Amino acid sequence: MRQSNMMIASVVLMLLIIVPVLIAIAVVAWRYRAAAKSAAYDPEWEHSTKLELVVWAAPLLIVIALGAMTWIGTHQLDPYRPVSSADYRNAVSENAKPLRVDVVSLDWKWLFFYPDYGIATVNQMAAPVNVPIDFRLTSTTMMNSFFVPALVGQIYTMPGMQTQLHAVINKPGDYKGFSANYSGSGFTDMRFRFLGMSDADFKQWVAQIKAGGGDLDRAAYEELAQPSRAEPVHRYASYEHDLYTRILNRCVDPKQMCMGRMMAIDAAGGRPLSGD
Amino acid sequence: MHDRSALLHFVFGRLTWSAIPYDSPILVGTFVVVAVFGIMLLGAVTYYGKWGYLWREWFTSIDHKKIGIMYIVLAVVLLLRGFADAIMMRSQQAIAFGSNMGYLPPHHYDQIFTAHGAIMIFFVAMPLIVGLMNFVMPMQIGARDVAFPFLNNFSFWMTVAGAILFMLSLFIGDFARTGWLAYPPVSELRQSPGVGVDYYIWGLQIAGVGTLLSGINMVVTILKMRAPGMTLMKMPIFTWTALCTNALIVAAFPILTASLALLSMDRYLGTHFFTNDLGGNVMMYINLIWIWGHPEVYILILPIFGVYSEIVATFSGKPLFGYSSMVYATVAIMILSYLVWLHHFFTMGSGADVNSFFALATMIISIPTGVKIFNWLFTMYRGRVRFDVPMLWTIGFLFTFTIGGMTGVMLSVAPADFLLHNSLFVVAHFHNVIIGGVVFGAFAGINYWFPKAFGFRLDPFWGKVSFWFWLVGFWVAFTPLYVLGLMGVTRRLSHFTDPSLQIWFQIAALGAFLILLGIAAFLIQIVVSIRNREALRDHTGDLWDGRTLEWSTSSPPPQYNFAFTPRVHERDAWADMKQRGYKRPTEGFRPIHMPKNTGAGVILAALAFACGFGLIWYMWWLAAASFAALVAVAIGHSFNYHRDYNIAAEEVVRVEQAYSRQLSAQVSAS
Repeated sequence: MRQSNMMIASVVLMLLIIVPVLIAIAVVAWRYRAAAKSAAYDPEWEHSTKLELVVWAAPLLIVIALGAMTWIGTHQLDPYRPVSSADYRNAVSENAKPLRVDVVSLDWKWLFFYPDYGIATVNQMAAPVNVPIDFRLTSTTMMNSFFVPALVGQIYTMPGMQTQLHAVINKPGDYKGFSANYSGSGFTDMRFRFLGMSDADFKQWVAQIKAGGGDLDRAAYEELAQPSRAEPVHRYASYEHDLYTRILNRCVDPKQMCMGRMMAIDAAGGRPLSGD
Repeated sequence: MHDRSALLHFVFGRLTWSAIPYDSPILVGTFVVVAVFGIMLLGAVTYYGKWGYLWREWFTSIDHKKIGIMYIVLAVVLLLRGFADAIMMRSQQAIAFGSNMGYLPPHHYDQIFTAHGAIMIFFVAMPLIVGLMNFVMPMQIGARDVAFPFLNNFSFWMTVAGAILFMLSLFIGDFARTGWLAYPPVSELRQSPGVGVDYYIWGLQIAGVGTLLSGINMVVTILKMRAPGMTLMKMPIFTWTALCTNALIVAAFPILTASLALLSMDRYLGTHFFTNDLGGNVMMYINLIWIWGHPEVYILILPIFGVYSEIVATFSGKPLFGYSSMVYATVAIMILSYLVWLHHFFTMGSGADVNSFFALATMIISIPTGVKIFNWLFTMYRGRVRFDVPMLWTIGFLFTFTIGGMTGVMLSVAPADFLLHNSLFVVAHFHNVIIGGVVFGAFAGINYWFPKAFGFRLDPFWGKVSFWFWLVGFWVAFTPLYVLGLMGVTRRLSHFTDPSLQIWFQIAALGAFLILLGIAAFLIQIVVSIRNREALRDHTGDLWDGRTLEWSTSSPPPQYNFAFTPRVHERDAWADMKQRGYKRPTEGFRPIHMPKNTGAGVILAALAFACGFGLIWYMWWLAAASFAALVAVAIGHSFNYHRDYNIAAEEVVRVEQAYSRQLSAQVSAS
């Protein structure tokens, strides 16, 4: 909503100059066409300091206005900035505890962890309306971009790195989500559904998944991580508790050293091979 | 699954029979068409005995005029390939909905969009602007050639070698499936183990050498070889834009070379610059490639702004309005283009301060660009505007590019970009500015300078047909993409599930078809013009009543351009000379010192091609041998002291007097 306002504002600001200029081009080209002998012909006129000042200043003023709007908007709509009621004009439930969702983009499907509920899903996620959502995102092998247009702007997901996104859904509905960064042959089918629902419906959604069984342990994850396209929706009533952290640190395989540990060793000056 | 002997493996690397795509009907069909046309073309050249002529007069030529023309021919040929890719993409996206998967599985579609982008930027747009700058700039500054004529020839053939590598991937192996910038991790070995990304890397590295050397060549030429009296602020505006463009090339292309080199080290030597593990970081590649990539698009557009400036002034019968302002604006754009690269990945999560800085810097670039548009408007004001084909393209540009620039500023609003990044809105924006800017300008420049190059005009009727199909076709093809992007549709998809989107893609496909007619009209224009060349002949050398020095020569100019280096007093030197009643000299001609043609450029580029091919297919012996030969030939050629000659004074007299007679016949005939 904010973003569309910004887009409209930027277009209007620019059209203030662009429309007169385009009309002027059409008028001038026609009025001074060679066949129109009655039009004034001034082949010596090639400079005017006044006009130069105007044509440098007018766009500058527009850019200052746009720039101010952009600075403010970029800070307020920073994906890493938690949603607050001040931004969304009471579209956030008072005292609502943010919903944590950990997102992993695999080849070529989306995996969602709900650490507060212990459930996980593939290619489908849900959230209650008016509750801020705290996303933490990473990827397994390819860079993707998590994007639910109806919800909020996108954010890249990168292997071995974590990005963040904060959003809130204000209307219940069945929304489309997908990857907005090309990641290989299965990219086109990397679609998921984002379900916005009332608080009660959301609790029921979670309960249904818990009742449905399925455990995303390491073995099941390794199988899921195999490249596949157009993966159907999966639901897991439980998952290996630190699976997301292990994916982020690239040590789901127990033989791999976790990146966090590796970086800590490097930061401390390193360790000889014979060490741990 | 067969036992390859060690010998076969050594000789052919990873090249096997399975590299030839027998099973792909589209590729087999393409090969048949290419082979048929190729044989017809080669056969015709042989039949008419023209191989000697081609080699002596064109391939080995170090004449900037011939090299410029060859660059443009290369660009037009590759335009056909790149546009074929575009038509395939549009048609696939128009039909692939629901249960209809279209005719291009992702395996192919992904190569097509990668090839389309890479070819259009590197082998169509770049050769077009390098060709125009090559042809025009030395004459505009009153010089006889560029500073390093042999290097110029070598640069051209290196570009051709890169283009041939790209084209070869159609029939031997396949191409990258990564998008035109080959981001890791997709472009690393894990996701792209085959030859595709290697074709991409080596094709660009080889062509990149050509471009970089060309950049150095032209900077030196402009700084050191201007005619006496032509101070920097008396240079033609096109020469100014050429100077800034080539400065950008010199500063930016090494970054591309380095980034691709690091990627190739990851792929060949097992390093970890951009891998996911062991210290690699894809963000580094993305930053580096865009630090090159953004200046690159300004490299494409700046010379074209110069083309438009020359055309607007000439066809308004007035000097360019606000020359100094235009120069400062060009220099400002050149510098600012280095400060905006992050706007290509606002969504990487760099934080609001960083995103804001780059958003504001991007907006600031629109100010000097807007100034140019105003100054072109003021040039037309109180002028006598003639709507010849070059001016039509210019007017089309003014409307189209302005809208495209506006959508660019929309995208620079970072929060908006969070929704629009990688969507079809972005695709529509950059096609808007590249087609509306670069392509329209290239056609304007080609129509404008063709008579200078060949002595006859391009047929105006077919020029207008081409223009209208391009203009309407562009808007019909890309307005739907703006709409789709605003609705949230992302790029590089080969299949869709929402049927309500299909109508937009169908309209876009219609637009692509209209552009196809525009391209066909352009090719017809060339054929018709050659057929009717006597009726279209230019006997005056200055049929547009030009303002810059190239119009003081005959059409086509003599090999040496100017019998006497002109003395320049004012800006718009030729307009000034005409105003002062310039009379052509009739005596005092001296022998002219000229560089000789050489085949070394062709040979060196062929060796570079062989080296690239060897590296791609892991034929290490071929790569090593051709690289060694390349170095040896280059060193050997540097000992060639028979590389210049003198055009005898009598010959100069003969040429100049013939042209003077032709001009006076024109005057008395009119």
